[in-house]
Amino acid sequence: MLWLTCPNCGRRPVDEFSYGGEVPAVPDGITDPDERDVDLVWMWGNVDGPTTERWFHAAGCRRWTTVKRDTSLDVELA
Amino acid sequence: MSELVRTLRPIRWAVSPRSSYDVVIVGGGGHGLATAYYLATRHGIKNVAVLEADYIASGNTGRNTTIIRANYGLPEAVRFYQRSLEMYQGLEDETGAAIQHETRGIVWIAHTEPAMRTERARCLMNSASGARTVMITPTELKELVPQIDLTGAGRYPVLGASHHLDGATARHDRVAWAYAAGAAERGVDILQHTPVTGLLRDGDRIVGVSTPNGPIAASVVLSAVGGRVTALAAQAGVRLPVRTHPLHAFVTNNYAQGFGSIVASTELMCYVSQTERGQMLIGAEFDTQPSYSRQSSFAALRGYAYKVTRLFPFMRDLRILRTWAGICDISADFSPIMGATGVDGFLVTTGWGTWGFKAIPAAGEAMAELIATGRTPALIEPFGHDRFARDHVLADQGSAGTR
Repeated sequence: MLWLTCPNCGRRPVDEFSYGGEVPAVPDGITDPDERDVDLVWMWGNVDGPTTERWFHAAGCRRWTTVKRDTSLDVELA
Repeated sequence: MSELVRTLRPIRWAVSPRSSYDVVIVGGGGHGLATAYYLATRHGIKNVAVLEADYIASGNTGRNTTIIRANYGLPEAVRFYQRSLEMYQGLEDETGAAIQHETRGIVWIAHTEPAMRTERARCLMNSASGARTVMITPTELKELVPQIDLTGAGRYPVLGASHHLDGATARHDRVAWAYAAGAAERGVDILQHTPVTGLLRDGDRIVGVSTPNGPIAASVVLSAVGGRVTALAAQAGVRLPVRTHPLHAFVTNNYAQGFGSIVASTELMCYVSQTERGQMLIGAEFDTQPSYSRQSSFAALRGYAYKVTRLFPFMRDLRILRTWAGICDISADFSPIMGATGVDGFLVTTGWGTWGFKAIPAAGEAMAELIATGRTPALIEPFGHDRFARDHVLADQGSAGTR
């Protein structure tokens, strides 16, 4: 099971967190404003490998944090 | 030799790919093989290659819980899945191969009044759109499945259920083999262990794929990939509303009594059926975070076991025999994405999340018709990739049977 490091609470199991999505949300290559809106709402990078993500420590300190995670193995990266 | 094995014809494997095909299908799962089969049988298009990175049905086709049902919550979805359910009923006659199809009915349990309202609405919606679903009382449920604890261990009481009468199961790998054998007999090249490493472009058009065995030209490239579809579509410049989440499942040791129906609880988010070998097969919700890891976790198994033993106390005495995970392409609105992508020569059938196996025949038939005629069949027209930009999404998370 995945464990994540919260800057306030330390290393905690993923059950305590809510997934907040990947960063950046929309690639810079998309320039048309309407297309950027559609992409922001619906499309995902869905990266297979190292990603940067936002997570919310819902059952802990209730603060947002940025996490680096390898989605190929589902482990947090230092 | 059993009668079932004797119906399996050897598959005529292609030795090496030709340099060009009319249609190249990426992904040798149920969807890719069914599309190839219907292209060959219904439309006479036999210059087709199916490229599979591993062995056929090694992905989610061989990892799902084999449930076939049409009790969805939107008219477009009910009509589509009902077509698929009916095609499954005739698939053994059509292909000549035994797929161990068995109609046993599926029960969706409601534990709260809001859930009861949802299930009543589901019954009306299903009846209006051509699927047979009726409400049953807890007493009737107990007659169908005597093993159930109607109090839900005192925590999840059973108030009622919707009974989808035509719910069925079939051996998933046999479905893939039946389509593969039928397609290969008619001249389709099925190439295993042939990963697609990139797409070939000519201007704005996709004109083929690259593989470790060299490039293969194609008039049409269809992505029937499960799991790693985002990376392939990105090569064509197509962004997908898909996140890939692992879903775990397990089977127990043999339970030496019949378990008459398929039982699901949308509130507990788990589903139970009995395999042909007598094992109890349990699946539940997918992991909250997207990932491509197929590693089963003790925490997931413990969670599933807790849920399922609330309703079925007898399962406390069973042991988990085998566990596995598949990586599911969960689309933003929990409905599949089929058809054109806005890039010439590149089609997708994706976003099959946890609802792909039941859709194999109808989706294969429709995608074959789209490729052969160039027109999107009315059955899958609502499921186009462009529905997101048009704000015509088909939100149906409540019918996925998972989170």
